[in-house]
Amino acid sequence: MTLETDVAIIGAGPIGLFAVFELGLLDLKAHLVDILDRPGGQCTELYPEKPIYDIPGLPIVTGQELTERLMEQVKPFKPIFHFSQMAAALSKEPDGRWKITTDAGTEIVAPVVVVAAGGGSFVPKRPPIAGIEAYEGKSVHYAVRKMDAFRGKNILIAGGGDSALDWTINLAPVAAKLTLVHHRDGFRAAQHSVNQMRELASHGKINFEIASVKALHGDDGRLRAVTLANPGKGEWEHACDTLIPFFGLTIKLGPIAEFGLNLTENLIAVDTAKFQSTTPGIFAIGDINTYPGKLKLILSGFHEAALMAQEAFHICRPNEKLRFQYTTSSSNLQKKLGVA
Amino acid sequence: MKIIATDRKGAVHEVEGRDGWSVMEILRDAGLPIAAECGGACACATCHVYVTGDWFAKLPARSDAEVDMLDMALAVEPNSRLSCQITCAPELDGITVTVAPE
Repeated sequence: MTLETDVAIIGAGPIGLFAVFELGLLDLKAHLVDILDRPGGQCTELYPEKPIYDIPGLPIVTGQELTERLMEQVKPFKPIFHFSQMAAALSKEPDGRWKITTDAGTEIVAPVVVVAAGGGSFVPKRPPIAGIEAYEGKSVHYAVRKMDAFRGKNILIAGGGDSALDWTINLAPVAAKLTLVHHRDGFRAAQHSVNQMRELASHGKINFEIASVKALHGDDGRLRAVTLANPGKGEWEHACDTLIPFFGLTIKLGPIAEFGLNLTENLIAVDTAKFQSTTPGIFAIGDINTYPGKLKLILSGFHEAALMAQEAFHICRPNEKLRFQYTTSSSNLQKKLGVA
Repeated sequence: MKIIATDRKGAVHEVEGRDGWSVMEILRDAGLPIAAECGGACACATCHVYVTGDWFAKLPARSDAEVDMLDMALAVEPNSRLSCQITCAPELDGITVTVAPE
């Protein structure tokens, strides 16, 4: 699927969202790609409930609320979101525009690309167990896409958060055998899920082990057993053919490193007038960029988005004159915002 | 006060702590591989360290929030701590920590 727009934005965190607003005021349309399944980036993934105190005009706002307010603010501009997709490649079209290809095969062609990717992509945390890579995709999975793929398996789920508990409960009926392993007899999960898991364990439908996974045993990516350990009991072998670790997400730069951009310690170097990278047409705003004096603050990203939009206009509308207006006084802008 | 930090390659770094700062901030600013993705909000578990020797027992106990957040850390051991939750103080002079695997 190839889509055309004015600006393709990588990242639907607070800065990517505010970029939609600033671009929208200039009549520029935007598509956004985000690996998460919802907007907000770090604000909703890492600290949805934590208060933020340094957003101008909002003395206290949670990550979730800020995201909701930004979504409301950009609504008049009808941005198109491509969630649960990772921007996998950046290439140049024969006509000079840029093309972003996602891991789901979506292609977005635009004269301007804005990288607002924070620290990169949220990816599952990989337990530091020697040789685990060889099992990934075969016996080790970081997500459950189709429950049927786990039917009849001898499953070991590692972790103590909501995902670990939820999938323990959901996969118990389809698995031949299911064991949950967690380093303590306590969970960072909804109480009703914990109760349900304990109920299943008391009826022998699942096993619960207080331990950590130390080693994997098998051949050609096929898991045969793991070594479990806990300080009281020592180490023992546990037979299983499937391991599903759930330790939440972490941030990796990911494919952006291969985009051919000028990177300094995993950050994109930009100028401070346009927030453009050294590659014309490619901008970087928010935590992903670097310049002298850079502060990784949401408010800095908002400023960067506003200045980026000015230059994006010149690239997208080379024959038009940019009219700088204020939302307070311009009936034209107010019409775009749907308030006039 | 000094913090004696061992990185993931086994190299030992002696870094100067600052009273009132978190150990995470000191290690991160000293260039140790501490991601601290959430910036010190006890919300990501990417500043995980092992507090070694007698030092673990000398620290104030973990808060419930830290215990919960350690569920999202990898390779948790009995002496695991989130370094954003340890505050530098004179009585911690010489504290020894090892950066946990990522």
